[in-house]
Amino acid sequence: MSNPYQDDRGNKDASVTNPKPSGGFKAAPGTGHPEHNADAFLIGDNMTGGYGKGADILHSCTIAVNKGEIAVIVGPNGAGKSTGMKAVFGMLNLREGSVRLDGEDITSLTPQDRVAKGMGFVPQTSNIFTSMTVEENLEMGAFLRRDDISETMEQVYTLFPILKDKRRQAAGELSGGQRQQVAVGRALMTQPKVLMLDEPTAGVSPIVMDELFDRIIEVARTGISILMVEQNARQALEIADKGYVLVQGRNAYTDTGRALLEDPDVRKSFLGG
Amino acid sequence: MDLLNALVALLNFVIVPATAYGAQLALGALGVTLIYGILRFSNFAHGDTMAFGTMVTILFTWWFQSMGISFGPLPTALLALPFGILGCMALVLVTDRMVYRFYREQKAKPVILVIVSMGVMFVMNGLVRFIIGPDDQRFGDGERFIISARDFKAMTGLREGLAIKTSQGLTVVVAVIAVALLFWFLNRTRTGKSMRAYSDNEDLALLSGINPERVVMYTWLIVAALATVAGTLYGLDKSFKPFVYFQLLLPIFAAAIVGGLGNPLGAIAGGFVIAFSEVTITYAWKKIARYLLPDHLDPDGLVQLLSTDYKFAVSFVILLIVLLFRPTGLFKGKSV
Amino acid sequence: MNETVKNTGLFALVGTLIVLTGVLQGWNAALTILNMGLISAIMAIGVNLQWGFAGLFNVGVMGFVALGGLGAVLVSMDPVNDAWAAGGMGIVLALLLGAATVVAAVMAHRKLPAGRARGLIVAAILVGGFFAYRAVFDPAVQSVEAVNPALEGYLGGLGLPVLLAWPAGGLLAAGAAWLIGKTALGLRSDYLAIATLGIAEIIIAVLKNEDWLARGVKNVIGLPRPVPYEIDLQNDPGFVTRAAELGFDPVTASTLYVKTGYALLFLAVLLLVLTMAQLALRSPWGRMMRAIRDNEVAARAMGKDVTRRHLQIFVLGSAVCGIAGAMMTTLDSQLTPGTYNPLRFTFLVWVMVIVGGSGNNFGAVLGGMLIWFLWVQVEPLGALLMDVITLPMADDSPLKAHLIDSVAHMRLLTMGVVMLLMLRFSPRGLIPEK
Repeated sequence: MSNPYQDDRGNKDASVTNPKPSGGFKAAPGTGHPEHNADAFLIGDNMTGGYGKGADILHSCTIAVNKGEIAVIVGPNGAGKSTGMKAVFGMLNLREGSVRLDGEDITSLTPQDRVAKGMGFVPQTSNIFTSMTVEENLEMGAFLRRDDISETMEQVYTLFPILKDKRRQAAGELSGGQRQQVAVGRALMTQPKVLMLDEPTAGVSPIVMDELFDRIIEVARTGISILMVEQNARQALEIADKGYVLVQGRNAYTDTGRALLEDPDVRKSFLGG
Repeated sequence: MDLLNALVALLNFVIVPATAYGAQLALGALGVTLIYGILRFSNFAHGDTMAFGTMVTILFTWWFQSMGISFGPLPTALLALPFGILGCMALVLVTDRMVYRFYREQKAKPVILVIVSMGVMFVMNGLVRFIIGPDDQRFGDGERFIISARDFKAMTGLREGLAIKTSQGLTVVVAVIAVALLFWFLNRTRTGKSMRAYSDNEDLALLSGINPERVVMYTWLIVAALATVAGTLYGLDKSFKPFVYFQLLLPIFAAAIVGGLGNPLGAIAGGFVIAFSEVTITYAWKKIARYLLPDHLDPDGLVQLLSTDYKFAVSFVILLIVLLFRPTGLFKGKSV
Repeated sequence: MNETVKNTGLFALVGTLIVLTGVLQGWNAALTILNMGLISAIMAIGVNLQWGFAGLFNVGVMGFVALGGLGAVLVSMDPVNDAWAAGGMGIVLALLLGAATVVAAVMAHRKLPAGRARGLIVAAILVGGFFAYRAVFDPAVQSVEAVNPALEGYLGGLGLPVLLAWPAGGLLAAGAAWLIGKTALGLRSDYLAIATLGIAEIIIAVLKNEDWLARGVKNVIGLPRPVPYEIDLQNDPGFVTRAAELGFDPVTASTLYVKTGYALLFLAVLLLVLTMAQLALRSPWGRMMRAIRDNEVAARAMGKDVTRRHLQIFVLGSAVCGIAGAMMTTLDSQLTPGTYNPLRFTFLVWVMVIVGGSGNNFGAVLGGMLIWFLWVQVEPLGALLMDVITLPMADDSPLKAHLIDSVAHMRLLTMGVVMLLMLRFSPRGLIPEK
């Protein structure tokens, strides 16, 4: 039976309940038996698990990224790309496998604790505070920091100059591409060691997409590892140091981005020939 | 001269009382809207939270009075107010710890919290009646008037007097200070911004490292302060009776919804909209009509659109009209 | 322990509590509790239909209960012919005028093209209509209220048997519920809670102020009864002998007889309502209701008119509350608008539903009876408790006096604590939904 506290009987009474979704994060329970099969700066090692008590979505899936590199997860719809990334970030119940950051086992940490450890996450949707100004969005990104954040903010503005002009505007009023810049900027404000992006180019125009990819490369050059899920597999693999092709929650192909682009099987199945 | 007299009568019977009442409703509605924005449910216990805070203030007022402490021309209750706020803060924090927190951990749906708040309402209501009793309590002292009707007449030579009660002046001043502080807090401080962020997008706030329990705690503290201030001002202006405070829930909810639930600016606007419509529609306009109309057109009746007992009906109709034309309230209901 | 045994045990517990009351406090008290308990159970079924089966949040139960009470007055009291002669027609005319104004305004709003002109015309119709209505209404009301104000001063009712008033009360509540539901459920999002909260207060305000309707706060007293009067029984030699044979004195016997009569009537209605509710919910209609509740999106996708279904069940549930209200007014033999209080008539019913078990009609009945028993008995129990607590205090201690005086307020506190404990530790209620 479902949790009686979560049974609202279909009530949608706007005069007494706020329809805005409340947070869905729970502490990841951890798997209790760490595995160690490979090494990388950030690695989701042999992960098996699913949402809550539901069926497994990931099956012995491994995703890793090295310092200053860009790793991209691609694959067909429903392959578990976003799920794999969420598993690394602790939003999934893993039954097997481990997640390690810089050698430290973080499998049982909550997403918030992972942020504190130096992981930045940009969700695919609802990734900005729409009612707050651009500058406030960035400030909130740096909420955990007690030191002077003006330098980091200046770096973000250098990276995304348009945000500096719009810094007093509500983020919700910006265009799709600008919103994504705010979202990435917010995540950078924590000065993360790893930046995780869930389909950062979803719904933006091709020009904006190229622009965003350029910025992402720039970020990687500063030494931040990037792990990203992408629909636009070809363009993403072109900038990737490492590519993971997932199929039904399993690693189908893993190689450098270039090698995958040239792999005839991958081309045929996933890149449209 | 007649025009001036009519204007003074309008000020005296409509504008001054409605402004004071509107400020009280606005402070109440701000509390409801903050809870709605951050804890995501409408708190049925808000009226009783106001009653509790006011009760503590009254008890301290009586204690001060018995020791001979007074605040000169201002009501002693103003000195007791900080203690009332502290008492109310303690109550809501204990309630949150003992009741609401469990449901947050369970990720309970907001409507379950609404029902829980009904239980809290019963308990607080019982508690207040148990401690201070169900009867009317008056606790105002100091100067009763800033300007009394007699002084005003003597000063201006008009037939109509304008009386401004100390409690009314105080209400407006205190409300302005409280609202200014609140907005400064929400827009300028790190904690206040984190509350707005949490209300806007809970998941993203967590990803930014904002601690939800701290946000919730600050929210309750602010709500307790607002509720106590609103309750004490209302009590000074009228009188304190637990049941009346419970019934204030309807105009307060109406104000918060008219303004757009979750929007503090809307709550303030909603409070004044509701207060002004209640007072204008239930006021007997005979006096003013007599000044303005030629003698032979003098009305026989009271020229009262609705009897005072229908003031709830007024808030309700305003609410319906606003919702029909602007489903999210006057100010779009969004984040805190 | 299987479910049937547990549920029977729970009902037996309530029965035992009432029997115990009979033994310890007298059968009169026990029957009084039983009667209001039965009525509360019906109210709880009404709210359970709305909340338990459709997730509708009705916080205006008090209004529907009061409308049921008004129904009882309007059906069972004799018409006051003088008042009708004095201004009855004027009031009827005024009400028609008022209705016509609203209809005209709505029509104008629908037919005219949108724009400033439409707004002005609608406003003009409303304002003009309001003044015309008041011009007819006010003098008529004054003349009606002037007719024998000490005893009458209102239009009276239809003079029909009081049992008819129960369905009539239900109908009245249903009518009001339809209006509210149509408005509040028809808005872009659902605003039922605030709408019901407001309308309940308005209904009570109307009952308190419109003296021509039901004498306002002067109360209508002496409603006809469906059962004999005690005094008639006491004067009936046959009844007195039979009472003596059973070992009762005639006065006690007559009150017990009357209360048992009520209890049987109420029980019959409760069983009828319960059966109908159960049958309805097992029918395809009921299954659809629950399907909508559990997954509204899917139900909509299958072409179900969700708003219409919600409106139906809201009207039905409110009608059940109205019936209970009419029964209560009949039991009291009087309508006293001043005594309606949302804590007692709205939120207490919610406690009953939550404690009994949302979504289960038997749970609602159990919750209604049990919570009503507690509501009545908390006071004597509280007094007992306070006596024990204050035993060591000096007799002239002000704290002792205060504590003993405050026992009356233990009720609300207890109800709140019961509700919170239930919500926390047994959120499905005593008899959970299957």
